[in-house]
Amino acid sequence: MGIIEASKLIFEYIRRDEEGNVEGITRAVDQVDLDIQKGDFIAILGHNGSGKSTLAKHMNGILHPTEGTLWVDGKNTRDIERQWEIRQTAGMVFQNPDNQIIGSLVEEDVGFGPENLGVPTEEIWIRVEESLKAVGMLEYRKHSPNKLSGGQKQRVAIAGIVAMHPKCIVLDEPTAMLDPVGRKEVIRTIRALNEVEKVTVLLITHYMEEAIYADKVIVMDSGKIVMRGTPKEIFSEVEKLKALRLDVPQVTLLAYELKKKGMPISDGILTMDELVKEIC
Amino acid sequence: MIRDITLGQYYPVDSLLHKLDPRVKLSGTLLFLISLFLIKNIWGYGIATLFLAYVIQSSKVPFKYMIRGLRAVLLLLLVTVLFNLFLTQGETLFQIWRLRITKEGLRIAVFMAFRLTYLIIGSSVMTLTTTPNHLTDGMESLLSPLKRIHVPVHEIAMMMSIALRFIPILMEETDKIMKAQMARGADFESGNMIKKVKSLVPLLVPLFISAFRRANDLAMAMEARCYQGGEGRTKMKPLIYQKRDYGAYGCLLVYLLIVAAVGKL
Repeated sequence: MGIIEASKLIFEYIRRDEEGNVEGITRAVDQVDLDIQKGDFIAILGHNGSGKSTLAKHMNGILHPTEGTLWVDGKNTRDIERQWEIRQTAGMVFQNPDNQIIGSLVEEDVGFGPENLGVPTEEIWIRVEESLKAVGMLEYRKHSPNKLSGGQKQRVAIAGIVAMHPKCIVLDEPTAMLDPVGRKEVIRTIRALNEVEKVTVLLITHYMEEAIYADKVIVMDSGKIVMRGTPKEIFSEVEKLKALRLDVPQVTLLAYELKKKGMPISDGILTMDELVKEIC
Repeated sequence: MIRDITLGQYYPVDSLLHKLDPRVKLSGTLLFLISLFLIKNIWGYGIATLFLAYVIQSSKVPFKYMIRGLRAVLLLLLVTVLFNLFLTQGETLFQIWRLRITKEGLRIAVFMAFRLTYLIIGSSVMTLTTTPNHLTDGMESLLSPLKRIHVPVHEIAMMMSIALRFIPILMEETDKIMKAQMARGADFESGNMIKKVKSLVPLLVPLFISAFRRANDLAMAMEARCYQGGEGRTKMKPLIYQKRDYGAYGCLLVYLLIVAAVGKL
């Protein structure tokens, strides 16, 4: 059994008017099946309103499915009794770095999760140091989060989750509010966590460039999973992605256009180096 | 510009007073303030002055920072002193036209001046040497007996520390909204009081909306990190009394004994 498994997951938002009568039902997640294995790096793509964030919020029991079931490490997320275990197993990083940092010092914020879990004081200090080292923010431990850049804040937020020793980290558009430099920092950190610490990573994003490092890519549109496969497979289908209002990485697009004009290039070029090799 | 405003007025230097446990400083300040109101003669105030001078000296905070807080209450201080000076009944000392200064009045006025000044300086010593977070920690720990009568002590302390963390963020946001409104022709500077207050409405509405949004996000992030209230929570930085804290309690006790003996509490 995988670390995250979903079968026929459905989630509906119920819209109500001022008197509380049901105005309509929006199905944000529709019949989603998932099977994510331990140690995987999965990217979930989709444009705004495709249901990817709603799906993410199911992974640690913030939202509960309307129909269908979701298992996190073998635990059903509907099981309120085990809600805290589930939240510890699948840590979650949100979009806005300012709104998820609680402590007024970097190290205090990283310690917040372990404090909640009732970890003994000495171990909290060890975990804080390890996690800050893992995201490369150890030298900032005594700084105030307000003085950090967006990318640094987001790395602190990731460290805060890592300190809880989760088996899986779900990142809900962690780079959406960052500048390109910050985005790179965060992605590098996430990849390192996956490769070095063997943490399962679920990256939700709408930046295609971030998905090319994933083991598997899942593309969502209006609540449904419409494509899944390796980045190479997904990005080979440029036309289909365009129809889903998703941008293809620029290198891939260039390769695709060149191929259309008759150059002998294989499908699914993801990086500059690959393209150079193909052409020369 | 708006970022420079700091809450509390913590003055970061490395001194013995800065290192003391916040619980010592909180209870010490409280006892000192109480003692001020119980002293019955001028010698008692002499002792209080010596004690305060010693504390200020060991805090390494420049004296001008200490008296800064006095400026705000100068008017109040003056009014209190004058009222006590002229309106107290008793043995007349001297009289100019209808203003009569009595012996009792003079005594009460001088005592009042001492009390208020030392009260302000005494509490600024605490806020200048303790970070707001330390203060909240200290308060949580000192008030924890109240948990028995269902006072949500941990929650109050958590709210205070989150508020402190978000003050600079909301300040920055205010600044941003203000600039955005100014760019579209809003005028925050001119006009009388009422007009100025009215012009703040378009500033406050978006600020409130964004604050609620942030609160919602933060609550979700806290839950995602397994926050479930104070129950079963451990502390990364628990308050533990050190030798110097017991020393400080000792000093405080000596002061109280002397002031009780001299000042006839």
